[in-house]
Amino acid sequence: MGESLMDWVMPNINLELILPEIILCVFAILILILDPFLSKDKKIISGHLSWIALVLAFLAALRLWDLQETTFSQMFLVDNYASFFKFIFLVGSFLIVCVSLSYLKREEILHGEYFSLILFSTLGMMLLASGFDLVVIFLGLEIMSISLYVLTGFRRSDPKSNEASLKYFLMGAFATGFLLYGIVMIYGAVGSTNLEQIIRSIALGEVGSSLMVWAGAGLLLVGFGFKIASVPFHMWVPDVYQGAPTPITAFISAGPKAAGFAALLRVFLFCFVTIKVDWTTIVWIMAVLTMTAGNIIAIAQSDIKRMLAYSSIAHAGYVLVALVAGGETGVSSALFYLLAYTFMNIGAFTVVILLGRKGEENTGLDDYSGLGTRSPLLAILMTVFMFSLAGFPPTAGFMGKFYVFSAAVKSGFVGLVIIGVLNSLISVYYYLRVVVIMFMHPPKAEAQRIPVAFGAALVLLISIWGVLQMGILPDSLLSLAQASVSSIF
Amino acid sequence: MDSWILTILTFFPMLGVLILLLVDRERQGSIRSIAFVTSLLNAAFSLYVYFNFAADSAAMQFSVNKSWIDSLGISYHLGIDGISLFLVLLTTFLTPLAILSSWSAVTKKVKGYYISMLFLETGMIGVFVSLDLFLFYVFWELMLVPMYFLIGIWGGPRRIYATIKFVLFTMTGSLLMLVAILVLYFMNHAFTGTYTFNLLEIAELPIPLGAQFWLFFAFALAFAIKVPMFPFHTWLPDAHVEAPTAGSVILAGVLLKMGTYGFLRFCLPLFPNAFMDNVPLFSILAIIGIIYGAIVSIRQVDIKSLVAFSSVSHLGFVMLGLFALNLQGMEGGILQMINHGISTGALFLIVGMIYERRHTRLISDFGGVSKKMPVFAAFFMIVALSSIGLPGTNGFVGEFTILLGTFKSNVVYAVLGAVGIILAAVYMLWMYQRVMFGKITKPENENLKDLNLREKLVLIPLIIAIFWIGIYPKPFFSRMEPSVKALIENAQTKYGENQSFQESLTLDSQQIEQMDEESED
Repeated sequence: MGESLMDWVMPNINLELILPEIILCVFAILILILDPFLSKDKKIISGHLSWIALVLAFLAALRLWDLQETTFSQMFLVDNYASFFKFIFLVGSFLIVCVSLSYLKREEILHGEYFSLILFSTLGMMLLASGFDLVVIFLGLEIMSISLYVLTGFRRSDPKSNEASLKYFLMGAFATGFLLYGIVMIYGAVGSTNLEQIIRSIALGEVGSSLMVWAGAGLLLVGFGFKIASVPFHMWVPDVYQGAPTPITAFISAGPKAAGFAALLRVFLFCFVTIKVDWTTIVWIMAVLTMTAGNIIAIAQSDIKRMLAYSSIAHAGYVLVALVAGGETGVSSALFYLLAYTFMNIGAFTVVILLGRKGEENTGLDDYSGLGTRSPLLAILMTVFMFSLAGFPPTAGFMGKFYVFSAAVKSGFVGLVIIGVLNSLISVYYYLRVVVIMFMHPPKAEAQRIPVAFGAALVLLISIWGVLQMGILPDSLLSLAQASVSSIF
Repeated sequence: MDSWILTILTFFPMLGVLILLLVDRERQGSIRSIAFVTSLLNAAFSLYVYFNFAADSAAMQFSVNKSWIDSLGISYHLGIDGISLFLVLLTTFLTPLAILSSWSAVTKKVKGYYISMLFLETGMIGVFVSLDLFLFYVFWELMLVPMYFLIGIWGGPRRIYATIKFVLFTMTGSLLMLVAILVLYFMNHAFTGTYTFNLLEIAELPIPLGAQFWLFFAFALAFAIKVPMFPFHTWLPDAHVEAPTAGSVILAGVLLKMGTYGFLRFCLPLFPNAFMDNVPLFSILAIIGIIYGAIVSIRQVDIKSLVAFSSVSHLGFVMLGLFALNLQGMEGGILQMINHGISTGALFLIVGMIYERRHTRLISDFGGVSKKMPVFAAFFMIVALSSIGLPGTNGFVGEFTILLGTFKSNVVYAVLGAVGIILAAVYMLWMYQRVMFGKITKPENENLKDLNLREKLVLIPLIIAIFWIGIYPKPFFSRMEPSVKALIENAQTKYGENQSFQESLTLDSQQIEQMDEESED
């Protein structure tokens, strides 16, 4: 008759290792269940529940530092690399939730599903970071992406938002197809989707066909390339970033990009490290194209969300330089850069959010005229964020670029670094242009003071602290980033 | 033993910035006073350094070396020697004068203006005292931010074009310098096994000649843009003309010196072979700068832009002296850096004073001004003569010493350079004659008021300095001498060492070939 239900034994899963993910999942479901029972003015409770969930998950993740353990039959790995990324995601999501509270109220789209979807998306990102099996990575990617597709279209009455959501979904589904095909190729060549197994097989040369491995790696690069928005897979970025509600734009630019890199770095610098010579040239070209296209097209933009969209493409290019560099320094510099980038980007987008009104996003560059007189504090904060994005010392952006470029020089890619610094120079032009408009143009006639809600103020405070701390006293975070990679190598 | 005076000197203006941030922006009088007092106190601190400076030592004095970002080998390393001492003094003396001169000139966004000035002072002093390559780079870039705002917000009609040009031009050079710094960092690690940005340690490194060539040019580009050397000088006229008066004073007085300082502090000790082998190229560019800058100055119709182009010419002299590679040339070059700061700073202040009265700087709008403003005319004459290099003024001492040094190394260069002095007399005296002498041709000039007390107080210290350095330059030369001597000697020693190092590298490959041949037999 076979086994009965009574013989079922709990599989050997160390629940402590997935505690942060469980917390997020439970709270997300809780919000979904609770939301229909909340009256319109009590909907904000969902928002509060979500940031509580993120704080609890952060605390749970802190307990998992300095471990190197797997669970779920070696499909889920908790090591410092994954934990560092989880910190980035949780901090990023926390900042977005804080700023969304007042945004959603203002735009009158305060629904509980928003927060639930953010939690699910964060959950997906954490799976991407901890995934030690290609299937888990795929799972994480999908959970993250599908939540994002919905969130992009959250402003239901705005046609731009709907268009952005559909574009994101269609292109994302396509890219997922490439990713899956790549996974299939690797499976066909190696016989397993487990990363440990893959690296062993490739290193020992016991693959069915090395052509399949290369094809698989290439397809995986395409799939990940879409998520991190590198050229030539970047076409979705400007329209999606512009159409999505601005907090979601900030969210997409930070967390999912970092998550995409988490998986990309893990797969390419761990699994495919032995065939690095084969894929370095391609990634080198991708890095150059991404940096250059992002920076050059950003110059032509007159809408700040589109400008920041192209700027985030360029920043993905700088992190690709770290991927080309490889090695311990390369990976730790990528981690440091992504954290710095999260702070400065979310900070900049928060200022963009604050300038909007119900129904009118005010994202044209000339809406920033005279911000220096209207609201000097906001203008100064935006200036610091712009300088950080451009890479001026003593900001996080400078430290990040410095670290990435030093990793590249160390690995011998001096030409790439020269291209990188010249790109930084191009970016200075359009970042400074915002500062020029804020301080050196007269304010528009009907300019009033800009109200800043508590949540937004908290986000600005945390972001500016992050940017300046990582620029002036980066030692603690640098050592943290370096400690995160020693576990891989 | 770590000394704290340089840290105070560098960051005291930031204390002023913090205080100013708390002051309400309407209280303009308090803002001006706080800024002025801060910069004056900083000047007093720098006097402490001057009087306690050991004039016979070539080593770095008042140094402090604390680790800052340990994981990357970056340390907070400051120090001052005979070369940087006077540049720091120049900075701390010009800043209060520049702040004082803006009293009535700047009326909008006053708080931001003085915050930028003080922030700029921190950046400038930081550049001159940093001995850690990373720290130097941070200050070098940092200094662009307040200058960008000073020109862009309080400048003239084409200020935005000028300031963006200034920033992009300067950053191009400095970003390439960053790549060179990184390459040096990893080269040092490959050779010694330690990660450090310490300039003094990296200077010990033997660098193969091929690598030296590229690294030298990366650094040299950044500094050449700053000096500015021909042909990278095109940002200067725009930036100078559009900047507010005090901005031009600081820009010409201090910022340009960072380029020449960079050649002395970084290019020569780190890459002596590339430096010495490229003396002809840089000397010729310097001479072109001298003559071209002077000829273009003659053609200018705007007084400020005339002074701006004259800076190109004067700094060509400085570069000529530095690349003479002997004691006189270099000492002359360093002294002339100070002199240029004083004279051209004073010239910009003077232009600013007349602009405040008439809101025009075109030479054709003036004429016969000395009749109405005799005190002004006297000050202007002294400064103009100092700029030309009349004996008795500081300009003469500097230019004479430079030409003496250049004559020793190459007669042709010296002769060509001397032509520049004649041209300087042409543009300066002709401009002075058209503006100040003759009949009063424009009715608006009938009611010009002479200098008030504040304006006299701004110019008097500069006039005193002009005569003091002109008549008694010994204190300056004596303090520079040990450091400059050591610099030249070390460079020549390292030149020989690098040559033999290079030969040992190539000898090995020859030896290998020999061994190959022997083994084939």
